[in-house]
Amino acid sequence: MPTFEYAPAPESRDTARLKPSYGIFVDGKFVDGHGAAVKTINPASEEPLAEIAEASAEDVDIAVKAARRAYDRTWSRMPGAERAKYLFRIARAIQERGRELAVLESLDNGKPIKESRDVDIPLAAAHFFYYAGWADKLSYAGFGPDPQPIGVAGQVIPWNFPLLMAAWKIAPALATGNTVVLKPAETTPLTAITLADIIADCDLPPGVVNILPGGPSVGQAIVDHPGVDKIAFTGSTGVGKMIQKSVATSGKRVSLELGGKAANIIYDDAPIDQAVEGIVNGIFFNQGHVCCAGSRLLVQESVYDDVIAALHDRLATLRLGDPLDKNTDIGAINSAAQLARIQELAASGDAEGATRWSPECPLPNKGFWFPPTIFTGVSQANRIAREEIFGPVLSVLSFRTPQEAVDKANNTPYGLSAGVWTEKGSLILWTANRLRAGVVWANTFNRFDPASPFGGYKESGFGREGGRHGLESYLAY
Amino acid sequence: MPTKPTKPTKPTKPAIPAKPAIPAKQPAKKPATKPSAAGSSASGDRVAVRKTYKLYIGGAFPRSESGRSYPVTDRSGAILAHAAQASRKDLRDAVVAARKAFDAWSGATAYNRGQVLYRIAEMLEGRRDQFVAEIQAAEGGTEDAARQQVDAAVDRWVWYAGWADKYAQVVGGSNPVAGPYFNFSLPEPSGVIGVIAPQQSSLLGFVSVVAPALTTGNTVVVIASQDRPLPAVSLSEALATSDLPGGVLNLLTGSVAELAPWLASHRDVNAIDLTGVEPAARIALAQSAADTVKRVFAPLGFDSDAEPGTARLSAFIETKTVWHPIGV
Amino acid sequence: MSITLGPTTGDDLTQWADVTRDNASLRRFLHGLPGVDQVGAEARAAALGTRSIKTTAKAWAIDAAISMVDLTTLEGSDTSGKVRSMCVRAMYPDPTDAAVPPVAAVCVYPDLVATAVAALRGSSVQIASVATAFPSGRAALATKLVDVGEAVSAGATEIDMVIDRGAFLAGRYLDVYDEIVAVKAASGTAHLKVILETGELVTLDAVRRASWLSLLAGGDFIKTSTGKITPAATPPFALVMLQAVRDFAARTGQLRGVKLAGGVRTSKDAIRYLVMVNEIAGERWLTPDLFRFGASALLNDLLLQRHKLTTGAYDGADYIALD
Repeated sequence: MPTFEYAPAPESRDTARLKPSYGIFVDGKFVDGHGAAVKTINPASEEPLAEIAEASAEDVDIAVKAARRAYDRTWSRMPGAERAKYLFRIARAIQERGRELAVLESLDNGKPIKESRDVDIPLAAAHFFYYAGWADKLSYAGFGPDPQPIGVAGQVIPWNFPLLMAAWKIAPALATGNTVVLKPAETTPLTAITLADIIADCDLPPGVVNILPGGPSVGQAIVDHPGVDKIAFTGSTGVGKMIQKSVATSGKRVSLELGGKAANIIYDDAPIDQAVEGIVNGIFFNQGHVCCAGSRLLVQESVYDDVIAALHDRLATLRLGDPLDKNTDIGAINSAAQLARIQELAASGDAEGATRWSPECPLPNKGFWFPPTIFTGVSQANRIAREEIFGPVLSVLSFRTPQEAVDKANNTPYGLSAGVWTEKGSLILWTANRLRAGVVWANTFNRFDPASPFGGYKESGFGREGGRHGLESYLAY
Repeated sequence: MPTKPTKPTKPTKPAIPAKPAIPAKQPAKKPATKPSAAGSSASGDRVAVRKTYKLYIGGAFPRSESGRSYPVTDRSGAILAHAAQASRKDLRDAVVAARKAFDAWSGATAYNRGQVLYRIAEMLEGRRDQFVAEIQAAEGGTEDAARQQVDAAVDRWVWYAGWADKYAQVVGGSNPVAGPYFNFSLPEPSGVIGVIAPQQSSLLGFVSVVAPALTTGNTVVVIASQDRPLPAVSLSEALATSDLPGGVLNLLTGSVAELAPWLASHRDVNAIDLTGVEPAARIALAQSAADTVKRVFAPLGFDSDAEPGTARLSAFIETKTVWHPIGV
Repeated sequence: MSITLGPTTGDDLTQWADVTRDNASLRRFLHGLPGVDQVGAEARAAALGTRSIKTTAKAWAIDAAISMVDLTTLEGSDTSGKVRSMCVRAMYPDPTDAAVPPVAAVCVYPDLVATAVAALRGSSVQIASVATAFPSGRAALATKLVDVGEAVSAGATEIDMVIDRGAFLAGRYLDVYDEIVAVKAASGTAHLKVILETGELVTLDAVRRASWLSLLAGGDFIKTSTGKITPAATPPFALVMLQAVRDFAARTGQLRGVKLAGGVRTSKDAIRYLVMVNEIAGERWLTPDLFRFGASALLNDLLLQRHKLTTGAYDGADYIALD
C-alpha cells in the first residue's frame, strides 16, 4: 500500500454528451450513411459508445459533388478575409466546447484525459486560428503573386489524434480556398462528427466540409473519385504507397504523412533527467500511437547504465488505467487489432534475443492494454528496430561516436522525426544537420505547434503540415 | 475535370509521340557540304573531325557498356551523329556516381555552389556559336531563333546560379511557436534526382530541368531528349571543364521508354522529374515510383519560354524543422 | 508522528576524500554533474502540478503537510510574546480539533531559542534556529560559529545555516564546503539544514551543484531559501533538489532531506510539492524526518482546507487561530 495513494479523480463522462447514434455530414446536413451501421467502442472497457451509420461509395459521390458545387459557386470565389472569419469561428467554438471534445476523445480513442484536454484539443483550436490568419495573405506566402486553390480535397486521417488530425487537414485546405471531403478513422469517428456539428453551428456554407465516417472502402472511394483534385493522407506507409500508386493514374495532387521509427539520441553529456523525460514522453505519450514516436533509443555507451537505471525508476511512476482519470499517464490501446500487432512485434523481440522489461503494472481485465515496455540489447537487424510498432515499446541500442549515432539513426527507410540530447551546442547543430528527418527535436521531444512544419523524409512521406509550408500542398502556383 | 482558370500562358508545344524503339542504323547519306553539328562545314578538301557523343557519368565520358549507339538525325532525316544508347547498367552506374557525389555537393556552402554554377554559365557563354549550330541542326528553324534559345538558356542558368544562396531564405525561416523554443525550418536537397528532359527544346528545356535541381544541392541523373540529345552532350562537355565535381550531373542518351522505368524503380533515387515523358507514359512510372514513396514532379504542361517561377526550386527540397528550448 | 534526527555524516563519505581534496577537484566534480535543461525541468515540474489529489488523498496530504511545517517567525520585530504564542499554535494548530497533528518544528532567531524551548517543553515539536549571520551570511567564519554555538547552547535541536553565496558564485567551492563542515561540527547533536538561497544562485545548474556540495559537506537537509528574497521555493528548484537527495542516496546509501521555504502559501502548493516528493524522490521521503515546509501563512490555509474537507463547507479566517 503506497504511502501517498492518489484517490480516483475521474472526469465526468456526461461532459461528452454522447448520443446513441451519429450520422454522416454531407452538404451541410447530418444524414444516415448508406453503408454499414457500426458500433464504436471504448477501448478501455470494450463497451459500445454509439452507433454510426457509415458512408458508402454512393455517399462519397454525393459529398464530392456537393464539395465541387460549394467550391465553384461559393468557396473559391469568397475573398480570403471572409473565409478567415469562418475559420476563426470554428477555432473559437472548439475552445468553447473543449472539455466536451476532450472527454469524447478519451472515450473513443482511449488516450488519457490529461492529454486530450491539455494537448489534442488546444492544438486543434490553435491550428484553426493559425490558418485563419493566412487566408487573406496568400499572395505574401512565397508562392507567387496569385496562388490558386486546387479544388476538392479528399482527406483520410488516422485514429491516433482524431480531432487534431481533422484540424490539421481541414484548416489549411479551407484557408487556401479548397473544399473538403474527409474520412475519419473507423475506430474513432466521434470527435470528427462533433466537429461537423461545430462547423454547422458556424454556418459554414453547405458542402465546404463533408465528413464521412467509414472503413477502408470509403477511403478508397474518395481516393479514386474523379471529382477529387487532391488527396491528403495520414496513416501507414503501406497504405500510403497504395494511394500514391492510385493517384499516379489520375494526376491528382497528393501529400502523405506516413509512419516512422524515430531515433532518440542521448549523448554522454546530455541533461540526463530531462533526457529521460524526453525518452518517456517520446515513446509513452499517447501510448506510443504516434508516427513521430521516439521508438529507438540510441544511448552513448559511456552513459548507458545510468540512463537505463533512470528510465527504470521513471517508468515505475507511470500510472496506467482509466483514461478518464485525470491522474492516468498511459491509457488504452486503440483496438484489438492494434494490440495484437504490438504483442506480435514484442514477441519477435523476445524471439530474436532482446531483453524485455516492464515496470510492475497491473492491467485492467476489460479493454485493450499493454504495459510500457523497454527492450535492451537491440540491434539494427532486429524487427523491433526496423518496423513501426505503434505502441508503448521502446527499443534500446547503443553507439560510441556521433558519426555512429547518425549512421544508425539514418539507417531506416523512414525519416519522420528524431531527437538529440546534449548540452553542447555545436554538437546539436552538427547532429541535426545530418539527421535525415523532417522534424528534429533537440533537448526536447514531441513538441507541436501550428506554426511549425511537420512531415517526413523518405518513406515517412512528403509534404508538410503546419507553418507557411503547410499551405503549399493546397495551392497551385 | 474543371480546373481553376489560370493566367494566360503561351500555348504549350505538343508532345512528340514516344518512339518505343530506336530505329535501326541507316547509312549516312548526307553530302559533306551540309552543315553538321560535328563541326564547321567542310571547305575545299579539308576533312572534318567528327565528334563522338558519349555518355557523361561520374565526370567521365564513357560509351555505353552495351556498346550500342543510335543515329541522331536532323529534321529532314539526315544523320547528324551517333549518340551512345545507354543501357540500364549505365543508368545504374550513373546513380552510383550521383549518390557518391551527393555528400560533397550538398555539403558545399550555398555560396560555393552558386560560384560553380555561375562559372558553368561562363563556359556556356563561351560556346554560344557551337550551341547555335547544334540547335539549328537538331531543331531546324532560323539562326536567330537558335541564338535566342541559347541566350535564354545561358540567362536561365545564371538566374538559377543566383538562387543558390537565396532560396533558403525564401522557403525557410524561423517559426513563431507558442513556447520557449527556437524553431526553424530549413530546406535540404532530396538527394539523387532522376530527370527526363523535355523532348523538344534541346538546350533551353534541358537547362530548365537540371539547373534548379543542382542549385538546391541535389545530384542528377538526366535522360536527354531522345531525338535531340546533342546539345545536352555538348553542355556536359562544358560541365567537365567547369568546377562541377564529377557525378553531380550525369547524362544518359538513348531510349526514354527503355531507361525511364529503371529510374522510376531505382531504390536509391529520391525523386523523379517526368517533364520529358508524355502523359500517357507517366502513369506507369509514377506507380513504380510509389514503391519507395519517391517524390514525383510531373507538371502538366511545359513551356520553356515561360517564366520559370520557383516551383522547380521547391520540387526537390525536403523541409527540416528543428526545435530547441531557450533557457539558462 | 515522532521525529528522529536525520543521519549524520560519519565515516561513510571517505570515498569522496579525493573530490574534496582541493578546489579544482571539487569544481571538476560539481561541473561534471549532468546539466539541467531549464525548459524541460520546468515542464516536468508543471506536469507534476496537474496531478489531481482529491478526497482521501487530499485529506492525507493536508495532515502530512501540517506535520511537515516548520512554523516560522524571523522578523526584526519578534518578541518573546510573539514566539510563545506561535509555539502554542505549533503544538495545537487547531483548538477545535485535537486530531490535527502538531507541526514539525518552530523556526526562530538564535536569541529567541530559549523562549521557544521553555514554551515547547515536553512536546514533540523541534526547535530550529537560523544561524551563521542569517540571512546574508556575510560575516567572518568565527562570528558565524559563535552564532551557531549560542543557538545550540540555548537548546536548539535544529540549525538552519546559510551558505556563502558570494564564495559559491566566485567558484570558491571548497571554502563553502569547509564552512558547512565547521558549522556541522559546531552544531553538535542538532541536525543541520543548509540554505542554498536559490533566488541568488538563479540557475538550476547552480542549484544542483550547491545541493551536492552541501550534501557532501554533511548537511542533513538542503533548504531552498531564507524567505527574505524572491524567488524562493519554486517547483523547478524543488525538483532539482529532490533529484539531488535521490541521486545522493543512490550513490551513498544515505538519506538526506529537503526543506522548501518562502513562497509556499497555499494547500494547493503544498500538495503539489508532496506529489513531487512522491514521484521524484520517492515515498520514503514523505516524512518530516526528510521533508519540511518552512512557512507561516501556509498553516492557515492548510487548516482552512482541512475544515472544508471535514465540514463540507468553505471556511473563514475567524475560525483559524492567530499566532
